[in-house]
Amino acid sequence: MQFETLLLILVAMTVASFVLGRQRAVAVAGRCGGIRALHSLPKYYGYYAAICCALPGLALLLLWLGLADRVVVERVVDSLPAELRELPEAQRSLLVNDIKNIAAGQFVDPGKREELAVAAELYLSLKDSSRRILSGLIVLLGFVGFGWSWLRLRPELRARNRVESVARIGLALASTLAIFTTIGIVASVLFEALRFFDRIPVSEFLFGLTWSPQTALRADQVGSSGAFGAVPLFAGTALISLIAMTVALPIGLMTAIYLSEYASRRVRAWVKPALEVLAGVPTVVYGYFAALTVAPLLRGFGQSLGLDVASESALGAGLVMGIMIIPFVSSLSDDVINAVPQAMRDGSLGLGATHSETIKRVVIPAALPGIVGGALLAVSRAIGETMIVVMAAGLAANLTVNPLEAVTTVTVQIVTLLVGDQEFDSAKTLAAFALGLVLFVVTLLLNIIALQVVRRYREQYE
Amino acid sequence: MAKAAIMARSATAGDGALADAGGPALRDDKDNSSNMNRREARQPRIAIADLAREAEAAQTVGDFTATDPVITVRGCNVWYGETHALRDINLDIGRNEVIALIGPSGCGKSTFIRCLNRMNDTIETARVSGEFRMHGEDIYDRKTDVVLLRARVGMVFQKPNPFPKSIYENVAYGPRLHGLAANRAELDEIVHSSLRRAGLWDEVKDRLEEPGTGLSGGQQQRLCIARTIAVSPEVILMDEPCSALDPIATARIEDLIDELSQNYAIAIVTHSMQQAARVSRRTAYFHLGRLVEVDATDKVFTNPGHKLTEDYVTGRFG
Ligand SMILES: Nc1ncnc2c1ncn2[C@@H]1O[C@H](COP(=O)(O)OP(=O)(O)O)[C@@H](O)[C@H]1O
Ligand SMILES: [Mg+2]
Repeated sequence: MQFETLLLILVAMTVASFVLGRQRAVAVAGRCGGIRALHSLPKYYGYYAAICCALPGLALLLLWLGLADRVVVERVVDSLPAELRELPEAQRSLLVNDIKNIAAGQFVDPGKREELAVAAELYLSLKDSSRRILSGLIVLLGFVGFGWSWLRLRPELRARNRVESVARIGLALASTLAIFTTIGIVASVLFEALRFFDRIPVSEFLFGLTWSPQTALRADQVGSSGAFGAVPLFAGTALISLIAMTVALPIGLMTAIYLSEYASRRVRAWVKPALEVLAGVPTVVYGYFAALTVAPLLRGFGQSLGLDVASESALGAGLVMGIMIIPFVSSLSDDVINAVPQAMRDGSLGLGATHSETIKRVVIPAALPGIVGGALLAVSRAIGETMIVVMAAGLAANLTVNPLEAVTTVTVQIVTLLVGDQEFDSAKTLAAFALGLVLFVVTLLLNIIALQVVRRYREQYE
Repeated sequence: MAKAAIMARSATAGDGALADAGGPALRDDKDNSSNMNRREARQPRIAIADLAREAEAAQTVGDFTATDPVITVRGCNVWYGETHALRDINLDIGRNEVIALIGPSGCGKSTFIRCLNRMNDTIETARVSGEFRMHGEDIYDRKTDVVLLRARVGMVFQKPNPFPKSIYENVAYGPRLHGLAANRAELDEIVHSSLRRAGLWDEVKDRLEEPGTGLSGGQQQRLCIARTIAVSPEVILMDEPCSALDPIATARIEDLIDELSQNYAIAIVTHSMQQAARVSRRTAYFHLGRLVEVDATDKVFTNPGHKLTEDYVTGRFG
C-alpha cells in the first residue's frame, strides 16, 4: 500500500470516529436525560474517539519510520555471503548504499557482483512486507482504539479534560521540536569541530596569526602546510562589525528618539513602514549595493584624497552592513524608549526641563539597559551576517585595523571553505565547522547577555 | 476687565441656588453611606441626563476670586480633539492658600491644573483657550518661557514618579537644570533643605545615594514633593497625590501640605472629601467640564450653594 493511501485511510477513519463518537454521545445522552447529563459537550466525545483511533497508529508510524529501515538492512546484510558480511564498518555501509541504489533502479558500477543484485531483491521484498505489516497494524490499531473509546463512552467520562491534556501534550511536543533541532545542530557542528581539533590544536586555531587553509594534494606542493590561525578572521569580523555599529548605533538611536519623542503621528505612519522596508531588503541586494556602488564610490573618494582604498575594503562592507542594521537598532530602541513610562517624562517636564533635556537626562538613562541589550543583539547580527561580506569584503586574511584595506570574516571563510567540491574530512573543510562553532558560541553569549539585560530592564518598570 | 460683572452674575446665580439648598452637615465617609441610603429612600436617584442639563445651565456658584491671587484664570476652555473637556472656567489661586479641586472622575480637574503649568502642551490633541495670568503675566503668551513657568508652577503627580536615579540626584535634578547652585556645597544645601521640608530627611539622610525607586510609595511621593520644592516654585499643583498611598502615608502628606501652605500656593485635586476638608481653605467643585461651585471649604461642605455640589459632597453620586 502506498504511504499516501495509508495516510488517507487513517484520516478517513479518524473523521469517522469523530462522527460516530459524537453521535453515540448524543444517543447515550438521550437515554439518560439529554445533553445536560453528559460531563462534556458531545463534540468532545467525538474528539476523544478520534484521538483514540488515530493516536496509537500515528505513534506506531513514527516508531516504524525510525526503526524499520534499520531492521531491514540488518536482515539484508545477514543474507550476504560471509566474506562481504565480515567487511569493516565503513566499506559495509558503502555496500549497503550500493544495494539500495540497485533496488532503486539507479545506475551502479557494472563491475559489482551478482550477490548485490540478489540482496537488492531481498531488500525490496522486505521493504514491501514491512510496509504491508505497518498498514495492517495501523488500521487494526485504529479499530481497536475506536472500539475502546466506544465501550468507555459513558455520560460521566471526562472527555473534555482528556482532550485538553492530549492538546497540551501536543503543544508541548511542538515547542520542544525547535529546541531539539537546535541541540542537533550544535551537536553536529561540535562533532565536526572536534574532528578538526584532532588535527589542529585549539590554541593554534584560536591564537594563530596566519590563516591560509590549504591542504596539499601532493606533499611537494608549494604552501602545502596549511595555516589555521583564525585571529585574522576574528579581527576582520570585529573590524567590520565595529564599522557597522559605528554607523548603525547612532543613526538607529537618533531615528528611534525622533520617531518616539518628536515625530507627529503622520510622520511616524510614513517612516516606520519605510524602515521596515529597509529591514526587509534581502542581504544579497545589500551585497550588490556594497560591491557595485559603495566600494567604487569609496575608492574614487579615497583617490581624490590621495588615499589607497582597496576595492573590497572593510569600510565599504561595514558601512553597508551598518545601514542594514539601522532598522534593527531603531525598532528595538523605539520599543524600549516607548516602554519608559510617560510619568517619567511628565515628572521631568513638570520640573521645567526642556524636551531634549528630558530625553537626555531621564528617557535615555532609563532606557539605557534596553538600548544596550538591543545593541548587543545588533552586534550579534553583524557578526553572523554573511552575504554582504561575501560580496564586498574580500578573501584576503589580512591582520589589520586599517578600514581601507581588504579583510575577510569568519562567515566569508566558512562559505569559501565549503563552496565547491570538497573532501569532507580534510582539515580545510573541517575548519569551517570550527569557525561555525566559534561563531555560534559568540553570538549565543551575546544574545544571552543581551536578553538578560533587556529582561532586567523590563522588570524595572513592571 | 469684566471681573465685577462676572462676580455679580455669579452672585445672583449663587443666591438663587442657595435658596433651595438644604445644607447638610459635613460628614465622614462611613456616615456618608448611611446618609446616602436615607436620601435614596426619600427621593429617586437623579437621571444622568438631568444632571447634564443642570450642569449645562450652571453658572459658577460662589466667589471664584482670591484676595491676593497668584494665578488668575478667566474663560478657560479646553478641547481634546472634539471633546470639550473644560467650559468657561474662571478661578483664582491665592497666595499661600490651599485650594482643593473635587468632582467626579473625568470632570476635568486634571485638565484644569495641567493648564496652569502648560503641561497640556505635551498632548498633541489638546487645545486651550482663555486668559491665564500669573502675577498679571500671560501664561500662554508666545514670549512666555514654558520652562521657567514650569519651574515656578511645580507639579506632583498621582502616581509617585521618581526618576530611576539616586535620591540625591532626584532632588538635585531641577536645581541642576536651572543652574540654581553655583557649586556642590550649595547644591547639597538645596537638596538637604528640600528633603527636610518634605519631611523625608530623617528617613533618607543615610542613604542619599540609593535609588529613589527603592523607597516606599509614601516616601516616593514625598521625594517627588521634595524634588518639586527644590526649584523654589510659587505654586504647587498636586493631582491626587495620595490616591496611590496607604492611610498613614496619606496622613503624612496631608501634614506636609499643611506646612507647605505657609510658603506656597497649592492646588490639590482629590477624590477624598475628608482630605479636601482637612487640608484646603477653599474648595472648587467641577462637574462635566464646568466649575459648578467654589467657596470656602466649610461652606462647600456644610452649606453647598448648588444642588450638584450638595449631591456630590453628600455622596449621592460621583
Ligand atoms: N489626553 C487626553 N486625550 C483625550 N481626552 C482626554 C485626555 N485627557 C483627558 N481627556 C478627557 O477629558 C476629560 C477630563 O479629563 P480629566 O481632566 O483627566 O478628568 P479628571 O482629572 O477630573 O478625572 C475626560 O472626559 C477625559 O476623557
Ligand atoms: Mg485626574
